[in-house]
Amino acid sequence: MSAKTLYDKLWDNHLVKQRDDGSALIYIDRHILHEVTSPQAFEGLRLAGRKPWRIDANIATPDHNVPTTKAERQGGLEAIADEVSRIQVKTLDENCDAFGILEFKMNDVRQGIVHVVGPEQGATLPGMTVVCGDSHTSTHGAFGALAHGIGTSEVEHVLATQCLVAKKMKNMQVRVEGQLPFGVTAKDIVLAVIGKIGTAGGNGHALEFAGSAIRDLSVEGRMTLCNMAIEAGARVGMVAVDEKTIEYVKGRPFAPQGAEWDRAVEAWKDLVSDADAHFDTIVELRAEDIKPQVSWGTSPEMVLAVDQNVPDPAVESDPVKRDSIVRALKYMGLTANQPITEIKLDRVFIGSCTNSRIEDLRAAAAVAKGRKVAASVKQALVVPGSGLVKAQAEKEGLDKIFIEAGFEWREPGCSMCLAMNPDRLESGEHCASTSNRNFEGRQGNGGRTHLVSPAMAAAAAVTGRFIDVRELMQA
Amino acid sequence: MRAFTQHTGLVCPLDRANVDTDQIIPKQFLKSIKRTGFGPNLFDEWRYLDVGQPNQDNSQRPINEDFVLNFPRYKGASVLLARENFGCGSSREHAPWALDEYGFRTVIAPSFADIFYNNSFKNGLLPIILSDEALDELFEQCEATEGYQLTVDLQAQTVTRPDGKQYAFEIDAFRKHCLLNGLDDIGLTLRDADAISAFEAGHRQRQPWLFRDA
Ligand code: SF4
Repeated sequence: MSAKTLYDKLWDNHLVKQRDDGSALIYIDRHILHEVTSPQAFEGLRLAGRKPWRIDANIATPDHNVPTTKAERQGGLEAIADEVSRIQVKTLDENCDAFGILEFKMNDVRQGIVHVVGPEQGATLPGMTVVCGDSHTSTHGAFGALAHGIGTSEVEHVLATQCLVAKKMKNMQVRVEGQLPFGVTAKDIVLAVIGKIGTAGGNGHALEFAGSAIRDLSVEGRMTLCNMAIEAGARVGMVAVDEKTIEYVKGRPFAPQGAEWDRAVEAWKDLVSDADAHFDTIVELRAEDIKPQVSWGTSPEMVLAVDQNVPDPAVESDPVKRDSIVRALKYMGLTANQPITEIKLDRVFIGSCTNSRIEDLRAAAAVAKGRKVAASVKQALVVPGSGLVKAQAEKEGLDKIFIEAGFEWREPGCSMCLAMNPDRLESGEHCASTSNRNFEGRQGNGGRTHLVSPAMAAAAAVTGRFIDVRELMQA
Repeated sequence: MRAFTQHTGLVCPLDRANVDTDQIIPKQFLKSIKRTGFGPNLFDEWRYLDVGQPNQDNSQRPINEDFVLNFPRYKGASVLLARENFGCGSSREHAPWALDEYGFRTVIAPSFADIFYNNSFKNGLLPIILSDEALDELFEQCEATEGYQLTVDLQAQTVTRPDGKQYAFEIDAFRKHCLLNGLDDIGLTLRDADAISAFEAGHRQRQPWLFRDA
């Protein structure tokens, strides 16, 4: 048998049928639903008189639209001020109730962002195929799972058939060897990768992150990496299974137990790329070279190390690139050659499926501790990724650190990651954000997003501008 | 999905080129959580004199008597004649949903925008491409004759006029097969239901922890 990549193994393990036209039927183990992309899929099922194929493969939770203030949350569904949001959240509840799908409803402590909740519950397991009507489903690949986002008609397809029609992608490996410098995190790695290969660099590929720097990351850090694979153009991001993966999964509500656990662990050990497996594309980075990153433009590939200057279109020879730099500078309200550290912030957002897990909040709190949010910053939000993350943070006293420093401590949800709920930027405002997309208007019309790690966001909050977090922290 | 085999119906002529999906169903209706309910808002900006809002009682709205769909003689039409590049613009699947729900089974035009063309098949609406000359003749006859009907036969790939003249049209064999049998993507996959069940049984045996219902 020839050598296989992790992706090859996951594909082969789920192949129901290869069709003549090159497409294949792939079996789906876990389907996660949220309120925005599921309503028409459920309605489609009803209209066609179909039933879900396998109820227990599905779990659901509302996240995109839920308000994050205590006041609105305490009032329950009826207190969601925006009508469309309220209807969507309510519809998810009704659909899940009607079909018997397990849902963590808005005020359940297990509610949260789909990509935080799945792994936290152990509903994402190594070796699974995981899909969700959301592009950042790549997050779940951190467990050696095959995970990607799907559209609404595919949500219906998975509900009805437990399968997807898919074509096999190419294999790509991003290899990061060496030791990360102090203060540099998974977020900085993935931003540096996207800066290097571009937002189309991973197109058509399933992307496996490998190398000693990746093995050194915690499972949460690996989720941050895989989360943003989609921003590098790859629908799928993955990290091979190791002891850390297994340790993380152990004891979670959906994880196997007893004899079944031992059997599962045996099977999961095979979820690595074989030593001589073939990758169509390989990209290499040295961990030592990576510095804290800050995106300056309107695409995640427009990213620099914090000690660099914003680009000058005048020295760009490619006219298409020059144009895009000019346009981005204009939208972002920046001037050529301006140092990143001169960019002042109006708001700071610590949250989203990229960086709202306990480790992220700890990293931000370590910087915020004993400091104050700068007077020039209008709002600094900390939004935990789930009710359980929030509870854990409160147990550790992180909420107090944040509140004392002048941050707002919110209820779990997508919040300011996208302008779909009341948390958003005003036009022209600069935001240091731990989310994953800095497209025009993503956080509100005219809003200017700078993507950073949680520690860098906290540092920006307390200084009012970007600063290398290492100037505030000692190794 | 509803199968399409043969259909005879009243024809409505929409004599405009480049009708885009925002005209077919304006964007304010996309916020809906449903895939039904769009029929009353099909061509909303043309059919009504005011600006439509979601969840409105459309029966109370001022009607644009000059818009062809509102002519009494075209009430109940199920065949739409259109001009080139029908369905251009955004990829919203709401466009075929709205046409279908209004009662159209087929749209005949010299050309269609790609995504709309694809989306139509997924939703049981048959887009038929005929030549400009053929469309000219059909528009002329339709406007001259009250109660003008056409017969579409998908199996034979023909459109037949009341006077017996026939036009042949092309269609991809696979799409034809799906539409004749009412197979949408899900329907197609479900024809492999046995293979899925067999795979599932083996999968369960190999990795029982993936299944919580046991
Ligand atoms: S946090 Fe942002 S990126 Fe993640 S699922 Fe929510 S909206 Fe999407």
